[in-house]
Amino acid sequence: MIISTTAGLVLAGILFVLGLVSMLIRRNIIFMLVSVEIMLNAAGLAFIVAASRWGQPEGQVMFMFILAMAAAEVSVGLALILQLYHQLKTLDSDEASKMNG
Amino acid sequence: MGPAFYIAAGVAIFSTIMVITRYNIMHALLYLIVSLLSVAVIFFLYGAPFMAALEVIIYAGAIMVLMIFFVMMLNLGPQTAGDERHWLSPRIWIGPAVLCAVLLIELGYLILQPPVLPAGEIVMVDPKAVGKSLFGPYVLAVELAGMLLMAGIVGAYHLGRQKKKITHRFLERTAQ
Repeated sequence: MIISTTAGLVLAGILFVLGLVSMLIRRNIIFMLVSVEIMLNAAGLAFIVAASRWGQPEGQVMFMFILAMAAAEVSVGLALILQLYHQLKTLDSDEASKMNG
Repeated sequence: MGPAFYIAAGVAIFSTIMVITRYNIMHALLYLIVSLLSVAVIFFLYGAPFMAALEVIIYAGAIMVLMIFFVMMLNLGPQTAGDERHWLSPRIWIGPAVLCAVLLIELGYLILQPPVLPAGEIVMVDPKAVGKSLFGPYVLAVELAGMLLMAGIVGAYHLGRQKKKITHRFLERTAQ
């Protein structure tokens, strides 16, 4: 096969950095959640590439755990965004800076 | 295999860039689905067909459908896209983007260094080995993932529950 481990790792790095940039520059909460998803997916790609590099199943096992964690995180995150939107009537993350307990 | 990888990688990078630059949430989510599908192609090329199927089913299917239904339920309208256009001015994003580009160049340089180990070829890992590993040494982590999903369900229900509003119609009229 022609594709190398290096190309996969560079692609994972590029996707992770794109997610990181989106996380840093966005102020819409849904977009911040989406960029977390992009970063998790890039990390999973790195695990898969490492698994195929060494021929061990541990990388794929770790990707399944990332998948489960992403599902739980998205459900809780969307519920939090729903409550925030009902209380503040906006998706701006700066509005949620007041922690009135 | 080489051209397939580079085509899929190009599609993944382009659609991810489109995700992070859209103003409308729905357009960004559709581009994100395309990005996840191309990453699934890359998983297939790296000898992980079962993970490619899981990526399509769980990420591009379940999680993205959940987010699209959520955006539909919020019923945001064009006001939010206008807000987003206002928030995403170049003065805001140019600094973090340049710093992250520096980090990316450094990362690529470190990866492209001549490797210590001889660069191996792609090894196919079949799903049977993954299953034996998952329910062999990692069975405790599987149980923990199950507990995490349970906590996610209960937490999402608890947070997303609407407060039941009990108001008599006469009382509501006097309250206005």
